[in-house]
Amino acid sequence: MPEKFVVATYSDPDSLLRAVRKLREHSFRIYDVYAPYPIHDLEHAMGLRRTRLPLVTLVAGASALLTAICFQFYAAVLDWPLNVGGKPDNSSLAFVPICFEATVLIGGLSTFVALLFRARLFPGKKERLPALGLTNDKFALVLRKRAGDFDEAKATKLIQATGAEDTREFEGKL
Amino acid sequence: MSVATGYTTTPDTERPRLQLLPPTRWVEEGVSLRQITDDIARPMEARPGKGWWICFALAFAALLNLGGMVTYLIAKGIGLWGLNNSVGWAFDITNFVFWIGIGHAGTLISAILLLFRQQWRTSINRSAEAMTIFAVMCAGLFPAIHMGRPWDAFFIFPYFPNQRGPLWVNFRSPLVWDVVAISTYFTISLFFWFLGMVPDLATLRDRVTGRIKKLIFGVLSLGWNGSYRTWARYEMVSLILAGLATPLVLSVHSIVSMDFATSLVPGWHTTIFPPYFVAGAIYSGFGMVLTLLIITRQTMHLERYITIRHLDKMAKVTMLTGMIVSYAYATEFFSAWYTGNLYERYHFINRATGPYAWCFYLMVLCNVVTPQFLWWKKARTNVAILFVLSIMVNIGMWFERFVIIVVSLHRAFLPSGWGMFYPTRVDVGILVGSFGLFFTLFLLFIRFLPMIAMWEIKSVAATGAHIAAPIGPPEGKQDREEREVAVNA
Repeated sequence: MPEKFVVATYSDPDSLLRAVRKLREHSFRIYDVYAPYPIHDLEHAMGLRRTRLPLVTLVAGASALLTAICFQFYAAVLDWPLNVGGKPDNSSLAFVPICFEATVLIGGLSTFVALLFRARLFPGKKERLPALGLTNDKFALVLRKRAGDFDEAKATKLIQATGAEDTREFEGKL
Repeated sequence: MSVATGYTTTPDTERPRLQLLPPTRWVEEGVSLRQITDDIARPMEARPGKGWWICFALAFAALLNLGGMVTYLIAKGIGLWGLNNSVGWAFDITNFVFWIGIGHAGTLISAILLLFRQQWRTSINRSAEAMTIFAVMCAGLFPAIHMGRPWDAFFIFPYFPNQRGPLWVNFRSPLVWDVVAISTYFTISLFFWFLGMVPDLATLRDRVTGRIKKLIFGVLSLGWNGSYRTWARYEMVSLILAGLATPLVLSVHSIVSMDFATSLVPGWHTTIFPPYFVAGAIYSGFGMVLTLLIITRQTMHLERYITIRHLDKMAKVTMLTGMIVSYAYATEFFSAWYTGNLYERYHFINRATGPYAWCFYLMVLCNVVTPQFLWWKKARTNVAILFVLSIMVNIGMWFERFVIIVVSLHRAFLPSGWGMFYPTRVDVGILVGSFGLFFTLFLLFIRFLPMIAMWEIKSVAATGAHIAAPIGPPEGKQDREEREVAVNA
């Protein structure tokens, strides 16, 4: 079911930041903000929770590390011990570089994939833009019109006081 | 906001931050966001100029030459190279180490300078990262073709199901570490580069008019719409990838150096190799970044974004790493003398006085003498001088690897095993061809993809807009004093 949103566009990030803070002071929930670049301090202003993506890196990296240790031990000690210059089968120091590389590779790739999943980005996805120019030089503040507890008149008034270029209603999926 | 108190005191700032000096501006004041998009997208939208076509024709001819030479090599075998029993590694591994080294500057700029919050990286990181990827591709070519049977190249990876019985690759061998390190480095660099480009690809998707272009940019931009919830996660992931890439880049050339250092050959068997190779890699990489960016800013008219001050910063990094490399050369000679090892000592005497002494002196000229010019601001801010110096750095670093590899091998332990290496036409042809591959890819990149990170430039332009800091020539002592006075007033 398509939802309804109020979309206010700005051409400078400072007014947008002020608007976000103002609306939050009046306990409006910010649905999202659209910007051509990440604006400093906006995540605090919007009250976003810190992302848990680093956990993915930690878990994936740690598992890769463990796998690399076990696999090298299995291959060099259990499966086919090979005498190379009389070195011990379990030359654990020699296994360090591959453990490190595996940690970085799997940790990095998993984080990348997790970002795409979490942000629902994938090749060929149709972009959902609430206004024009958001990837170029415009900024947009989006509020969701939730049935029942959304004071549209008050929101519009607050937005207009902060120097929005344009305020309009958007119906569809975001 | 008031600069006078030293605090940003905008009423709606939640956390006042101590600001001793206002940040330096890296994008001139008054450039609008739209202007930034237009400027950077222009080279992709206009037809390329004559300069681009000439460079492309040369590079593409060299690439075709590479194709021919490699085909010939695979058909006939590596006997076409000038290798012999004494010198079993020569141009192939020299080129490999050279190209891997070139790549390091890209990761340094994109990852390490990101962690250090160096804003000047924003104008150059995209093209430097592209350079990394293309350089690693060139590097990867050499181990593959030097195997003699490149169709069995996949044997170097452990894989399931293991078709060699239970015989695995030897995990104690630095050559196996190398394979893993290089493939990890390539993959992480590629993903980091692509991720950084996604917002810009979305900008282009919303900008281009042609149907095919729109389709391609649409697929590649992954449906990016600039949602801030995504931006917040995106920034975190960039930081994580930078954090992972930082030890990675230091590890890659360390592991490459272990290909030599873990052997017993005099001239290779030294513990100084890992840091020495990393410094050399960054030195040569910055040399190549300077070469490429000087050409690009002139031919693509991007002087507004790649300013003299950017070149100045890069020149300083080049100078610093050049000095570390020079110090390593001196240390090598010192330890050869101090250890009293006969073979080691002979090797270094032979390096400076033997049949390949001219390579050694060329290397010293390019890597020890050249960076000394960069003490002068005149040299660091003069495009022509910098260009010449950067070419010298490239030549010097290629010869450094040649000296390490060939000179060490040609007179190792027993005089009965001594010999000389002379490159053949195929050796030289493949070296030239690898430059063809590199430049063809780079020229296509600056033609079809945003070679400067638009969104990063925009964020830097916007950050600077709050504070009136002086723009102009590189900051000198006087500017700093003036600014300190302004801050303390």
